[in-house]
Order: sequence, then C-alpha cells, then structure tokens
Amino acid sequence: MSNPTIIAPKTYRGYEAVIGLEIHAQLKTQSKMFCADSTTFDAGDNENTSPVSVAMPGTLPAVNAHAIEFAIKAGLALGCEIRKKSVFARKNYFYPDLPKGYQISQYDQPICEHGKISFKVEDYDKTVRIERAHMEEDAGKSNHHGEYTLLNYNRAGVPLLEIVSGPDMRTPQEAAEYARTIRQVLIYLDVCDGNLEEGSLRCDCNISVRKIGAEKFGTRTETKNVNSFRFVEKAIEFEIERQIDAIEAGERIIQETRLWDPDKNRTISMRSKEDAQDYRYFPEPDLLPVIVTAEMIEKYRKDLPELPIARAQRFMSANGLPEYDALVLTTEKDLADFYEITAKISGNFKAASNWVMTEVLRELKQAEKEIKDSPIRPEQLGKLIALIDNNTISGKIAKTVFQEMWQSGKDPEVIVKEKGLVQITDTGAIEKIIQEVIAANAQQVADYRGGRTKLFGFFVGAVMKASKGQANPDLVNQILTEKLKG
Amino acid sequence: MDLNTASFKDISQAVKSKKASALEVTQHFLKRAKSLDSKLNSFITFNDKAEDEAKALDARIAKGEDVGVMAGVPFGIKDMFCTRGLKTTAASKILENFVPPYDATVVERLRKAGITVLGKLNQDEFAMGSSNENSHFGPVKNPWNVQYVPGGSSGGSAAAQAARLAAGTVGTDTGGSIRQPASFCGIVGVKPTYGRVSRYGIVAFASSLDQAGPMVSCVEDAATTLEVICGRDERDQTTSDHDVPKFSQNLKEDLKGMRVGLVKEYMTEKGLHADVQKTLDSAIETLKKRGAEIVEVSISLTNQAVPMYYLIAASEASSNLARYDGVKYGYRTNIESLGSMALDDFYCRTRGEGFGKEVKRRIVLGTYCLSSGYYDAFYNKAGQVRRLLRDQYSEAFKKCDVILSPVTTSPAFKIGDRISDPLAMYLNDIFTVSTNLAGLPGMSVPFGMSKEGLPIGVQLTASHFEEQKMLNVGYSLEQASSVKWKVANV
Repeated sequence: MSNPTIIAPKTYRGYEAVIGLEIHAQLKTQSKMFCADSTTFDAGDNENTSPVSVAMPGTLPAVNAHAIEFAIKAGLALGCEIRKKSVFARKNYFYPDLPKGYQISQYDQPICEHGKISFKVEDYDKTVRIERAHMEEDAGKSNHHGEYTLLNYNRAGVPLLEIVSGPDMRTPQEAAEYARTIRQVLIYLDVCDGNLEEGSLRCDCNISVRKIGAEKFGTRTETKNVNSFRFVEKAIEFEIERQIDAIEAGERIIQETRLWDPDKNRTISMRSKEDAQDYRYFPEPDLLPVIVTAEMIEKYRKDLPELPIARAQRFMSANGLPEYDALVLTTEKDLADFYEITAKISGNFKAASNWVMTEVLRELKQAEKEIKDSPIRPEQLGKLIALIDNNTISGKIAKTVFQEMWQSGKDPEVIVKEKGLVQITDTGAIEKIIQEVIAANAQQVADYRGGRTKLFGFFVGAVMKASKGQANPDLVNQILTEKLKG
Repeated sequence: MDLNTASFKDISQAVKSKKASALEVTQHFLKRAKSLDSKLNSFITFNDKAEDEAKALDARIAKGEDVGVMAGVPFGIKDMFCTRGLKTTAASKILENFVPPYDATVVERLRKAGITVLGKLNQDEFAMGSSNENSHFGPVKNPWNVQYVPGGSSGGSAAAQAARLAAGTVGTDTGGSIRQPASFCGIVGVKPTYGRVSRYGIVAFASSLDQAGPMVSCVEDAATTLEVICGRDERDQTTSDHDVPKFSQNLKEDLKGMRVGLVKEYMTEKGLHADVQKTLDSAIETLKKRGAEIVEVSISLTNQAVPMYYLIAASEASSNLARYDGVKYGYRTNIESLGSMALDDFYCRTRGEGFGKEVKRRIVLGTYCLSSGYYDAFYNKAGQVRRLLRDQYSEAFKKCDVILSPVTTSPAFKIGDRISDPLAMYLNDIFTVSTNLAGLPGMSVPFGMSKEGLPIGVQLTASHFEEQKMLNVGYSLEQASSVKWKVANV
C-alpha cells in the first residue's frame, strides 16, 4: 500500500501461472431482477416464484431499478467507466433450471467496463484490471436425486453482477486476495451480503500456465464451484500443478470447464470446448437499453461510502495507526465503524485499536458472533478507555470491567461505581497501605535493603493486593521506591 | 336492436340503459357461435363462464355502478392472449391444456371496459402462418366461402367476426396477422404502433414485431377498442407513455388537406391480382373525391422487407419458444412408458411431438440465423437494414400523412393451395411486413369484392402514433364503401 514492491515472478517448475476470476455477486435487492418476487434465502421450495419467474407464456421482464443502482455503485467503486447506454442480451441454452430457455444477461454492451482494483498480498501491492461488470439474472437450482431431479426456482431471476477480472493474477494467493477484496468492497457498498455459503458470492477461476518469459497465454481451463477463498487458493494450486504435469508429460491442455471437488481436493473435468454451447446472444427485444445519465452517476458517486483502502490509509495518516492495525480494522465495514466510534469517544486512537483488535475480536471469536452483535457498544468501549486515560481505573481493572460489560452490557462508569473500582490516586491512602505492607513483611524489607532488589515486585504485588488492585500503579512504584530506601 | 349490425356503442348504451341485458346479448352470440362454428372452426375453446360474466355485469348495472365504455359487448379472443382460468393454447399441441393464472393486459383492460368473453379463437400455431392452416386444432374456413382460407394468423378472429359470431374480436399482428385475414374476411383490422399496446400476457412470437389490435366490424368499433387497450403498461417496458386520444370521438370523414401517399415500388408489383388492383384504384378515386391529395413516395427497400422480416421474426421466435420444454407446464413426452430418459432425448421428444411443422421450420431457421458465425450476416444485418427502412418511412411521411396500399397481392386463396410452398406463402406478406419492421400503425378496411365473391381490403399505414389520421382516412373510405359492414352468410 505504501511503496509498490517489485517482486520477481513466482515460478512453478519454470512456469508462470495466468489467472483471471469471474465473480458472480448477488445484488442485495428486495425483489428479483425482472419481477416483484422476493429474494429471501430461506423461503420454502418455489415460494419465491410467479408467472414471470417461471416463464409462463406471454410474461415479460421489467427491470428492477435498484439492481441498476447497485451495479453502478459497484462499478464506480471498482474504478469502472459506466456506459451511458448498456444493453441486455439473451444468452440461449436449454437446461431445466433455466425457465425461459435463455438467461437475460449483458453481452457486448455491459454497464461497467475498464476498472481496476489494488490490494495487498503478503508484503507487496497488486493491481488487477476489471475488464467488465455486467448485470444478469440467476438460474434456479436443480436438486438431483439419482433417478429424478427436483427444481427450485426461488433463485431464478435473482439479480447478479458478474465481475470479470483481467488475466492479471500470477499466484493462488493473489487470486484469493483479489476475491476477498472484491467481497469487502461490495459489502462496504451494501450492495451484496457477501455470504459464500448461501451462494451470494460465487467464483469461477480461469487458469493457464506458460513457460517463464513466454508472451502467449497457454490454453486455459475454467474451474467452477469454488465457494470459499481457501478453495480458490487450493483449486488454483491444484490446477497449476495439473497443467504443468500434463505439459511436461507431452500432453495438450484442453480448453474445458472443470469442477472443484472440495472432498477430494482436486478439479475434475465437466465439459470440454468441443461440446461447448453456442449461446446465440442477441439483444433482448423485451427490454429497452439501460440509459445512465451523468446526473445519476454523480448522485451515486456522492453516495459512495469511503472504501476500505482509503479508510485504512486515513487510519494510518490521521489516526497514526500502524499499517497492520489499519488493514485489520478495515476488513469489514462494521468493524471499521466500531473502531471509529470507539476512537472518537475515547480520544485515544491507538488504545482504541488495541482494545478492538485484541479484547473485542477475541471475545467475538469465542462467542462466534459478528461485530454488529457485540454486546458492548463502541460508545461504551470508548468510555472505558477514557476511564483509564483519566486515571479513574487502572488498565488491569479495566480488563475486569470489560468482562463485566461483555456479560451485562452495562456502562463502564456504572460498573466501576457499583463495584467500587475507582483507582486510588490519593498518595496519603497509598502511603498508608505501603506502611502496612512494610510493617507486615519485616524480613523481606531487610532482605531488600540488604541488596535483594528483585523483591521490589513482591512489594508491588502485595500493595496492589491490599488495595484490591485499585491503587494507581505509577504512584505505588514511586512511593514504594522511596519508602523501601528506609 | 339488430345484433348483426350493432356497434359497441349501440350495445353498451342498450345494456347500460337496461334496454337489453348483457346476458341476452351474450346468449345471442354464444348461441350463434355454437350453432354456426362447426362450419368455420373459428373457436378453440368456449368460455363456460360467459353467461356468469354477463350476469355479474347486469348486477353491477342494476346497482348503478360505472361499467365501462364496452359494457356487455361479447368478445372472442385470439388464443395468443392469456386468459385467467381459461385455456390458452396458441393453437399448439405443446400448450393444448395450458390454463394461465393471469389475464393478458389487453384482456384485463377489455374486461375492465365491460366486455364478456365468449371464448378463444383459432389461429395459426404460435401465429406462424398466413392461412390458418397451421393450427393443431385444424384449419379455419373463410365464412364467405368455406373452400377458402380466412387468412392468418388471426384467421379465427377474422372468420368469427365476419360471420358475427362475436360482436368484436382481438388479434395479434407480427407481419400482417391482423390486416391480412381482415382483408380476406371483409372486416376492419388495426395493428397499432409498436409500443401502443402492451404485449404482457400475449404468447410471444417475435418480440420486436408483435402488436395486438382490434378485428371488428367497423372503424368506429376499432377506434373504441383502441381507446381501451392502448397506453403504457409497467409490465411491458416497450410500451410508450404517449397520450391515447379519444379515437372514436375524433373520427371525421372530411379529408381536406390530407395527403395520401402511394408507394412507387408497390405500383410496379407484377403479381397483383386484377380485383385487388381494381379495389385499390377505386379507393384512390374515392379519396380524391373526398378531398385528399394523392402523392407518390418511395420505399426502395420494399424488396428486402420479406427476407428481413423472416430473419428477424424467426430468430426471435427461436428464443421465445425455448421455454416450451415440457419441464414446467404444457405438453410433455410420455416418460412413464420408458422409465427414464436422457435430458436431451426428453427435450427432443417433447418439442418434436409438441410443435407443428411450420413452427419447427422457423425455430430451425431462427436458430441458424443467430448461430455463431452467422449472426452478423443475418440477424445483425437484418437489424441494420431495418433501421434504414425505418428512415425511409420517416422520409416518406414528410410528404404524406398516410400511405395507401393493397393488403395482399390477391384475395383469399383455396385451402391447401399454398401450404406445400412455404416461400409462396411467405411472399404473400410483401405489403404487410414493412409496417411491423418499421413499428408503424397499419389497418385494413374492406373496400371491394373479388369476382368469386371474396372480400378485398385496402391498407392504410401512418407514422408512429398517428393512428388518428389513419383511422380518419379509414373511416372516410368506409362511409363510401360498397361493402361496408357486410356479414358473411354462413
């Protein structure tokens, strides 16, 4: 993110991998792309259907304006040009889960084109081109049961944005990080929920290999059914090795579609180019071209939230956070929002980062909760940090208070007051405790004065214990040092 | 009231003023249709609820409710229009038992205006044909002479209307399917501007060409129907929000200042039947007498229109008909007898058994035109020429208000005469397809009779959204027509 690092190309037995990704993101609209059916994930079988979505005779598509808005926002965030006029096209093929016998998609005039996105992979910066992002509708789902197949059309017509990268990635890690970044941006924009398990985000990987130094691309394969970022890495790793093995064995790579089998950790051939479909694309005559005005683009551009990379940079420059903190805190928009509120209320940017990154994330992980479900509100955490900084409580006590807040959701001041945890900063009171400790440990005092200075820690511990942890540690150190001198 | 010559306004006024009940009017047409249609085969399905619909309307009138401008007018609906709860087949085996759970927008609007639905009318399968011989439910006969075709694809609508088996009908027109059968059967048929009438709920043939319109006994009824069915529909995004004039109230006979264009390229058409030429000439004379100025215009792409039309229509149809796959509704091949079969076999059998010959021919043609490597030469090129054709019409309509032409090269032909020669059948559409390609409104008005006693219409075409001018010229011709409102004697 700071200075671009020039790195030597990663090689695999003298080969280089060329990787491009097609990401299908489900746009988070209430209704489908071309009709009013709901898009809820957990509806009963075929509950979210209507004459339009099951393609009854004479029914026609009507474009969901929200889907267009979301596509434009995504395009802007991915640095794309938004076409003033984009055109829906029919992609024709027969399959039982495709009700119309064609999918309404975009072909030669997609809504977004020529973008790019930058992200960090391991220790270097990477930029990947976005060739295009186009709108299309999803198909239904075929549930195969051996002898028969059941069809669920709930997904049929759900709006998708297909984001096509350039063939710009060279390692499985770059590909996985690219996919993570796209997901992160879409979630930031609130146009996709990014849920991989529910299929809201799906990834097809185009992979080829070529000898280092070769200019021509090798024959590529397309791997589908890759539904986690870990699998993106694994599938690409497998495919690179498989292709190199084949070439080394004197075989030709066949242009084909392959499936990732997560159980066997391998890709398997699905269909080859020889029996590839001719989709007979043509402009969808039932829909007018989508016209996007300069005013629309301006409006949506203004609505764009600060994107993760910009936000991380701001956390570094304005809040003085280290790059690591800034990147972790901006992985999710909700987390970054949480941090920002905590930082603002506490007035201590770095302490806020530490608390969020260690205490909050640890507790969330243990409880298997999302940041938005945290029982402690960021305002409360901010106040807790402020209590430390104004010496009301010690850092150690604060940890106890944090636990109590996590359990009860109470405000930190309330807990501190209820439990009498206010830090003792009255030097008189601390001296009194120290006197008592010294009196009760005559032998240790004598040993200390005799040269066993290591015992200092013993005295601090005893004083803190006697004060129930409430004595200000700095004052304890200071007064104790003086008193022990004798 | 003589229901053979009653206009929609006559019927609705009588029904609203309780001089006649919607029920008795509906019963009159039902009875007539059920007794005479065995000779014509114009109906595929009768509506069992027609009398209930009429009773419900009478009850609303009794309560003093506003029941619409077409109250109590019994209609026949071409079987391309989806009708809620009433079988809609597109005259195909593949939809022979399909009952839609929705009304097409046109049907919905007509119902709201107070019509009763007598039943669903025969047609060429998926509206593909010019003779109504391509129906799964058998050919329709021309009521003027049952040896002859009624034209197509809206042959059932034209035949039923000409024989007054219904007070009004609606058809669809992709390349002439309203105007040509209207001409062959001696009724008024109007294809509105593309975008005037919602296509929602009309079984799609060729989406960029399909339009629905009235097929009725007189121009006034056509105008009344258009007032009801035209206008923006959110469910069809290609519909226009142009204002819909009160067409029927604006009708006028006087043609002073009206410029009527004759297309130069049509005049040199060699194969024009003498009776068609005679009818056209007499229409020109009539228009002159009534104050119109005759001008010559040129549409030099005329000879490209038929090939262009068949490329575009077949291409879109090949995609539109892909949904009939036996998976979700409609005809499905018998799997039970086989236990199981491969998916491709299932599709091949279902579609092979479900579609008729002409439909298959067009699916194959269209699939070929859209295929990789052929798309640019065929579909794309046709689209480019189509834009040029549109431009030529724009130029022509700077010189004239409406264009007058024949509807077809000849009057109705005999059943069986052309069915074995698809090319001859396709060329029959030479005068009608350009209107669809350019998205213009067009209509057929009865204006003559052949020596054999078959009706002949003339065609009027106007600029986009200029239906009123076209209707006015048609109305004026109609007043002077010797064959105005003739009911075929079946």
